[in-house]
Amino acid sequence: MIINHPLLGPRDSSEFYHLGDATLIDRPNREDVNAAEAFYEYLYVRDNPAGKYCELWYHEQGDRSWLVVTRDTTTHEISEVKLASDEARARGRSV
Amino acid sequence: MTQDMRLDGGLVDRSRTISFSWNGKTMQGYQGDTLAAALLANGVKLVGRSFKYHRPRGIFSAGSEEPNALVQLRKGAYQEPNTRATVAELFEGLEATSQNHKGTLEFDFLAMNDLASPFLSAGFYYKTFMWPRAFWEKVYEPFIRSAAGLGALSGETDPDVYDKGYLHCDVLVIGSGPAGLSAALAAGRSGAEVLLCDEDNVFGGRLNAETFKVGGTSGVEWARNAVAELEVMDNVRIMSRTTVYGAFDHGIYGALERKTDHLRSANGKPRNIAWKIYSGRAILCAGATERSIAFGNNDRPGVMLAGSVRAYANRWGVATGKSIAVFTNNDDGWRTASDLVEVGANVAAVIDSREIEPFMNIPGVSVTVGAGVCDTTGRKALKSVTLTTGQTLDVDCLAVAGGWSPNVHLTCHQRGRPSWREDIAAFVPGGDLPPGMSVAGAANGVYGTRACLVEGRAAANAAVKELGFTASRKGADKAEDEPANITAYWHVKESTKRAWVDLQNDVTTKDVKQAEQEGFRSVEHLKRYTTMGMATDQGKTANVLGLAIMAEARGKSIPETGTTIFRPPYSPVPFGALAGRSKGKDFQPYRITPSDKWARENGASFVETGPWLRAEWYVKGDEKGWRDSVDREVIETRKSVGICDVTTLGKIDIQGRDAAKLLNMAYANGFAKLPVGKTRYGIMLREDGICMDDGTTARLGENHFVMTTTTVNAVAIYRHLDFIRQCLYPDWDVHIMSVTDSWAQYAVAGPNSRNLLYKIVDEEFDLSNEAFPFMACADITICGGIPARLFRISFSGELAYEIAVPSRYGDSLIRILHKAGKEFNVVPYGLEALSVMRIEKGHAVASELTGQTTAQNLGMGRMISKKKDCIGNILSEREYMNSDEIWNLVGLQPVDKAMKLDGGSHFINKGDAPRMDTDLGWMTSVAYSPTLGHHIGLGFVKAGSSRMGDVIRAWDGVRKKDVEVEIVSAHFFDPDGERLRG
Repeated sequence: MIINHPLLGPRDSSEFYHLGDATLIDRPNREDVNAAEAFYEYLYVRDNPAGKYCELWYHEQGDRSWLVVTRDTTTHEISEVKLASDEARARGRSV
Repeated sequence: MTQDMRLDGGLVDRSRTISFSWNGKTMQGYQGDTLAAALLANGVKLVGRSFKYHRPRGIFSAGSEEPNALVQLRKGAYQEPNTRATVAELFEGLEATSQNHKGTLEFDFLAMNDLASPFLSAGFYYKTFMWPRAFWEKVYEPFIRSAAGLGALSGETDPDVYDKGYLHCDVLVIGSGPAGLSAALAAGRSGAEVLLCDEDNVFGGRLNAETFKVGGTSGVEWARNAVAELEVMDNVRIMSRTTVYGAFDHGIYGALERKTDHLRSANGKPRNIAWKIYSGRAILCAGATERSIAFGNNDRPGVMLAGSVRAYANRWGVATGKSIAVFTNNDDGWRTASDLVEVGANVAAVIDSREIEPFMNIPGVSVTVGAGVCDTTGRKALKSVTLTTGQTLDVDCLAVAGGWSPNVHLTCHQRGRPSWREDIAAFVPGGDLPPGMSVAGAANGVYGTRACLVEGRAAANAAVKELGFTASRKGADKAEDEPANITAYWHVKESTKRAWVDLQNDVTTKDVKQAEQEGFRSVEHLKRYTTMGMATDQGKTANVLGLAIMAEARGKSIPETGTTIFRPPYSPVPFGALAGRSKGKDFQPYRITPSDKWARENGASFVETGPWLRAEWYVKGDEKGWRDSVDREVIETRKSVGICDVTTLGKIDIQGRDAAKLLNMAYANGFAKLPVGKTRYGIMLREDGICMDDGTTARLGENHFVMTTTTVNAVAIYRHLDFIRQCLYPDWDVHIMSVTDSWAQYAVAGPNSRNLLYKIVDEEFDLSNEAFPFMACADITICGGIPARLFRISFSGELAYEIAVPSRYGDSLIRILHKAGKEFNVVPYGLEALSVMRIEKGHAVASELTGQTTAQNLGMGRMISKKKDCIGNILSEREYMNSDEIWNLVGLQPVDKAMKLDGGSHFINKGDAPRMDTDLGWMTSVAYSPTLGHHIGLGFVKAGSSRMGDVIRAWDGVRKKDVEVEIVSAHFFDPDGERLRG
């Protein structure tokens, strides 16, 4: 596969480490009400779509950016690649 | 032996005679021959035995689709089994032998399997070897293993070199027949970067096997001219002997180049290269493969594909028989007869299954229409064929033309499904091609030469336009479209004898029908039940035929019956090529420590830890075994001072105003309040509360920390910190950098370590216990101004330091430390002594942090902060993880002090049988403690913390051992830590 890195352009997927579901960005906090339940949901309850899926990839053999890659699990078509830090900010993780 | 079957003409170089041997017999061929062509020229009919029934078999085809002629090439370590004689190029001195027979090829003892064939039909494994169950391991499996398989491996290490490579192009053209060459020319003329690959050793594809005219000259000549034009284009690269074997995601293709297979010796050059090709667009011009027709005894040596018979005559100047008959269901079969007559071969008859007017008038050839061949005779070579009309023809070669199947394989590598075209009785590429791929020529079901040239050009022009190039206006060269009408005809129903569908796997029409009757009706089930379409040829000549027969048996159409999925590789790829240079020592890169050179000079032996080579112990004097060295290193270190290279531990430099926040989030224990100039031990959890890693982190400044990780987790922890930094807290002001390689780091341990360091640390730095206590750290200078970092940390339990200098000083520092330490009898110690000392202290390493164990298991549950948010602390609070029933890390010592302990032993109570439900835990680490004078161990014992002093059994079912052990504290040595604080 080829991942179109937002800063570096097209790179072979062998340069990357694949982590999984990009919902890992949405980590709850210890202070949340029902934190135990929230962490259980966060860590163990995932969708497994046949189709578009947002995943975290790490450009380990490159610039060490975490990326959010939207990949179709049935065709491997990659429709969008974003820097995970931008995505985290967009999801309200600025502190 | 003379080449009796050689005709005039052909493309071989008759001025260059080549000697080779077949089963020990010396023969001659010409430069340009394949082994198959040369064997046929020498009148060799029988070349192998079939897989299951050991039936005599001959050469069936002239290309990579060959199911029968699998042979062994070369000798000794170079031996290469299962090579298709039809693609093996002849070279001087080639030694080839037949395979898959017991006894000689002519008298194969396993031919008795053929008599037992009624018992060996489809699914016989599943039915026969079901019972009694106990027979499986002792009787059935050894029997099947001895009978199964084709060629044999030498058992020696492959001495050849293989390589991997990467290529980039705008347009990849796969195949160099008329469509492929036309596509490559058009794409090349547009200025695009073009890569043209062909599996053959010459370009031109079928043009080399036919007598077609192209552009006013012979097809062969036209192909040569096209290649000459491509060769001078700077933007075009052409590769022969290169099979594109797989279509992968995003325009990536896999290709195997056979670089030196055609030479007697590779002379150190790579035998094969596995290429990874990145393409903008790909044009598949892979041509088509002819298939057979099923009729009684259609597997005899001499029954061949008609297009191949024609290829042997036209390209190699070889007659495949003294008297040849053609059996066809289509127009193309007739061309075999006319071409053969043209080159002077003897054609006895054409039998066409269609009720048609004779298609052409070929002098001297009898024609029968509306008939088929229903049986043959001749055990080791064809003698006669019998027609459905009852007529018998004495022929030694039968050319069968069952129609052509487009080579759609690569169009299906991303789950694309081909579609059926009734008019040409073939599967053509479906609509769902891999992105960026187009198909042209026979691979697309287009069989006329003119149409192939036009379609190849059109596909290339479309591709280059999509990439932003301007297509060349030059038109395709002129040619004719040859007639190619066909009426589907799959098997001769009048036949009463066994009729083969898949020659390589000995699958007959009866097996296919039986699969249908027994419910294995889906094509995927048919394949697995009968093995049709498996092994080296992947059913290239068989699949469509088998499908058609299944469709007929089910009373359904072929499209309703479906096809199996084609997967890479298109043709076999040697494992050696896939491995490339990554074998043995070079399997992966290895890293050496800064003291590597010094260690080699001083008797070290080495062990791999992660990617590193670390000294495991240093042999001194006449020490006989490793235990002598390790025991001495431990005793001397605890007595005076020892030095160990600990550079391999991961080091991560962490800086920024939010550096402490990052550490507080990553570690389960608190780091925010760690004072500058201090080091702290920390444990990291995964989000699920399982222990991930441990190590020490030093605070060198308000906003500057240096973290150490375990050697094996260095990469994973760095990635984890970056995850927290980028994905969870993108606006924290903190940056990290791996500095593992930047600093050479040595542990200096033992009661004299401070005295030793006094000799090299610059005067202004006070190392006294008061000024530089346990867990202190500082930037210092040594040896008159060399920058260094000093940490007062201890893994050995001794008064100890770790000293780090920029890597370039690493070799120098190890020498200076040993020189300075001479007066204290300093010793180097290796990884094994380090391990002994950490077991004596009860420190956990990867054997204890297994990815299954929690901080609570390790006795460090109380370290997990509940005051702050950090990775893993919430889920570590789950009820079971905190119950009294969990495993606890404890020390274990043998009741009989003379007994040895073994890692991996399981613990059970005295009197219990060793079972899952009585299992109490397992031994994680063991060592002989020279300090205590007996073996000691660490292990996890269920509720072990409350069982101090209990005696249990360490049971080892693998080594057949059973030792009574006492549960003790994991801190065997200096439990109060007086030594390390001294």
